[in-house]
Amino acid sequence: MKISNIQNEIVEEFDIFDTWMDKYEYLIELGKSVPKISEENKKEENIIKGCQSKVWLHAEKQDGLVKFHADSDAIITKGIISLLIRIFSNQKPEDIINADTDFIDKIGLRQHLSPNRANGLNNMIKKIKFYAIAFSKTN
Amino acid sequence: MEILKNIESIRNDFPILNTKVNGNQLIYFDNAATSQTPNCVIDSISDYYKNLNSNIHRGVHKLSQLATEKYEESRKKFKEHLNARSASEIIFTSGTTHSINLISNGFTGFLKEGDEIIVSQLEHHSNIVPWQMLCEKTGAIMKVIPMNEKGDLDLSEFSALLGNKTKVVFVNHVSNALGTVNPIETIIEKSHNAGAAVLIDGAQAAPHFEIDVRKLDVDFYVCSAHKLCGPTGVGILYGKKEWLEKLPPYQGGGEMIDQVSFEKSTYADLPNKFEAGTPNISGVIASGIALDYINKLGLENIKEYEDYLLDYATAKLEEIDGIKIYGESKTKVSVISFNIGEIHPYDIGSVIDNLGIAVRTGHHCAQPIMDYFDIPGTIRISFSFYNTIDEINILIDTLKRASKMLS
Repeated sequence: MKISNIQNEIVEEFDIFDTWMDKYEYLIELGKSVPKISEENKKEENIIKGCQSKVWLHAEKQDGLVKFHADSDAIITKGIISLLIRIFSNQKPEDIINADTDFIDKIGLRQHLSPNRANGLNNMIKKIKFYAIAFSKTN
Repeated sequence: MEILKNIESIRNDFPILNTKVNGNQLIYFDNAATSQTPNCVIDSISDYYKNLNSNIHRGVHKLSQLATEKYEESRKKFKEHLNARSASEIIFTSGTTHSINLISNGFTGFLKEGDEIIVSQLEHHSNIVPWQMLCEKTGAIMKVIPMNEKGDLDLSEFSALLGNKTKVVFVNHVSNALGTVNPIETIIEKSHNAGAAVLIDGAQAAPHFEIDVRKLDVDFYVCSAHKLCGPTGVGILYGKKEWLEKLPPYQGGGEMIDQVSFEKSTYADLPNKFEAGTPNISGVIASGIALDYINKLGLENIKEYEDYLLDYATAKLEEIDGIKIYGESKTKVSVISFNIGEIHPYDIGSVIDNLGIAVRTGHHCAQPIMDYFDIPGTIRISFSFYNTIDEINILIDTLKRASKMLS
């Protein structure tokens, strides 16, 4: 599925919930279902800076598509990670590079994150795009 | 209990307490980070810019004289409050961090390679990093007073660290992360016996109890107005006259000079020597008003009421499954640091913030303490005299709800 379609799907899912507590509950459920990344990928260089909780992001390229694996020690962060993986994993590098990230504003996530967490989220997206740029230059 | 009797009218002094967060009444439990501001302080700032605004100490005109008078009146208030010998021992800075940097920087010329300085494991980064920078410049060595699992400092270990190479000891009066009240009387006495100067970081102590710098015989005592119901950007630095005279100026510029020529400048007397440039005039004046407000309530009454909130909250929190409270010293202020089970403090903080409760999560700028307990951080709640038992009850229910969601 195209990145923009997945994003629209997520925006619709979040629209179902009336309150932010329900949305948080949904994020927490998503967080619990994120597959853990292997211990060997939980290394220092995979840590994303600027997050109050620890976030590890690892990427690889398979058959021309970028696959992301990520983990965190905080469950809400894991929920956010699961959204990012759903959107950006298994996509072509150039599609990731050109993707909008306005779904964050559309679901109201940004205003419900502390500035610290919002900063962490920006750093996660930046890192995802960096990986895509790096992979766009390899075959 | 005086405060309890007047709690409604006290709360009415703080307009921000009526704020709604996502439709919920704000419950402000982050007082150790900054206290809220009463109307009299807000009015003072507004009044300054409406009626008084002018630069101090230099104008001959009426406004400048009035502003100078008010500014110096604030200095006298803090002199009285801390029981300093003279008002010139009170220096206004931009905050506690600025004050510590001013002192640590001033010690550059007094230290040589191999000299030792002593810090405690309970410190805020602001009372560690400036001294580390001093060590880098001078080759001095930093030693650390360890703490135990209750969050108390190990004083016998401290005695063992002290020696004839010890030049300065810098410890907080109250730990911002755990709330421990440190035995600074003993620390000051032992340090002086070893010939070392002492700086006490009182940022977390000044809002809770009386401080008598003369009785303590402390060399430097620093605190911040914004934790004392004052505005941000004002620090109060007490220093013994002999020390302040010995220390070189920290910044050069207006007001701190005596004579200036291109060959050589000489510096002004205390306190101006340390107040280069136009100070935070409105802030300093408003800080004096804040101090009046606190003193009208009475620090003893404040302490009594905050202890009541602390005991109640501690007992209620202990009923929550899986709770672990960090900092169980017998002497502590109204600060409680805790975690629930394996839940990340940031997750709890986010959920309860959504329901209108403001707490601090993370390492509280005190990473060595978190390393000691081997945790990424804690949730910290800190009470002020305008908080209530009802608010604590809501917190407890909300924490139970958050904990259920996140487990």
